[in-house]
Amino acid sequence: MKTYAYFPGCSLEKMAHSYHLSALETTRALGVELRELEDWNCCGATAYFHVDELLAYTLSARNIAMAEKEHLNLVAPCSGCFKNLFFTRSHLKHDPDLAEHINVALAEDNLQFTGSATVQHLIEVFVQDVGLAEIKARVTNPLQGLRVAPYYGCQILRPRKDHEDVEQPRFFEDLVAACGAVPVSYPLRLTCCGGALIITNRVAALSLVRNLLESAVRERATVIVTACPLCQVNLECYQKQVNREFGTDLNVPVMYFTQLVGLALGIPPKRLGIGSELVAVMPAIADAQKTEPAPVGT
Amino acid sequence: MNAAPVESLPAPPENGLSFVAEIGNLLHAAEGNPINTCIQCGTCSATCPVASGGFMDHSPRRIIALIRAGFKDQVLRANTFWYCASCFQCTVRCPRGIDIAELMYGLKRYTVWKAQHQEGLIGPVFSETFVKMILRSGRSYEPVLATTYLFTYGLPEIIQEAQTATALMLKGRLPLLPARIKRLDNFKRMIRRIIPLGDSE
Repeated sequence: MKTYAYFPGCSLEKMAHSYHLSALETTRALGVELRELEDWNCCGATAYFHVDELLAYTLSARNIAMAEKEHLNLVAPCSGCFKNLFFTRSHLKHDPDLAEHINVALAEDNLQFTGSATVQHLIEVFVQDVGLAEIKARVTNPLQGLRVAPYYGCQILRPRKDHEDVEQPRFFEDLVAACGAVPVSYPLRLTCCGGALIITNRVAALSLVRNLLESAVRERATVIVTACPLCQVNLECYQKQVNREFGTDLNVPVMYFTQLVGLALGIPPKRLGIGSELVAVMPAIADAQKTEPAPVGT
Repeated sequence: MNAAPVESLPAPPENGLSFVAEIGNLLHAAEGNPINTCIQCGTCSATCPVASGGFMDHSPRRIIALIRAGFKDQVLRANTFWYCASCFQCTVRCPRGIDIAELMYGLKRYTVWKAQHQEGLIGPVFSETFVKMILRSGRSYEPVLATTYLFTYGLPEIIQEAQTATALMLKGRLPLLPARIKRLDNFKRMIRRIIPLGDSE
């Protein structure tokens, strides 16, 4: 069994608890153990970087150093946490003076950063480490005929310029297909949902949410699947406010990729935290599978 | 975002350091190219979902032009960088390899340090409240943050926020009590090695 240090992040404690539950259930079913970091602290979202860069690096470095102490690689399910941890590691590795400065602070908590642990997003563990063939082989409940819009969002792709598929990624579509569902292609799949602005510029954020949801609905998506708690909350929980603001009539379920994979693996919906969304997922899935015949060859 | 509100001439440099040089220093450690290499092609503005939605008073391209022309006050008072959603599309697509999102972060820090940001923005207050919250407990707690923005809302928005919060509460998705890390004393000593906090807490 492959084991990772797991950094859930603050959102998964409550707001996105269903992501936490489904991450643990599906990884277990796929022979992966997520061992939660014992005393992790908030990654700082974007706010630390608005105030003090050095502080931002220190707080992320503490989490990485704890994974190193366990001799495990670090995995984060939240795209925001992932970006902060990933870039903190890469900056500290390339700037020994910065690492030395931060290690003086980490010593107060008996920790050291060496750069030995890698940082991955949870979806990379599914797609790269477990592998799509392995997931496909374990599917017992293929979600035939279900039209799924995979939403990448920003920070699992950007700003990694060395990443080859930053403009035309396919891995999320391939993961949806491995579950037996139909990946829907829609123009805004890589465009920002405005999650970071929902508090600081409400109307701008709601307008980005509206564009995104309409883009997916226009391509007849039954459900949108995300890999980030902030995207999920923004796209799902603010739909009513979007409707009020723009006179739209949007009602699209938004679920986590771990919930989709979990359903395909035959895990009961309740154990995946399904039921805590504001736009119900299961009736939409049942309807879609009833009305749409499975396309030939998928 | 179209008409150029150029109400005054560029500010004279302070201590002989031009504004563009100050910004250059700000981005000294960043990996991107200096903003002097910008060719004003506008890819950043076209690719920015917030600028193309018409929500910024200057587009990212124009912010760079204003910096280079020395219009310091206009740049610092802009809402542009506080409305950046950190999606990094500009950074990835810039043909000159300028880290434009990092420039936006740099400008946020600059205006927070100098307390020179535009009045009435939620962003600076929110960020500072967030950081203080983390330094106290090591973890985020959403209800504390609500105080930073609800006072700027009108009644209809407050009602909508309350309805969303109630729906989430009924689904068990809002925390009732703040979480905190276990080794909080070590954590606070660690922070003091990085920034002076004073002794009041």
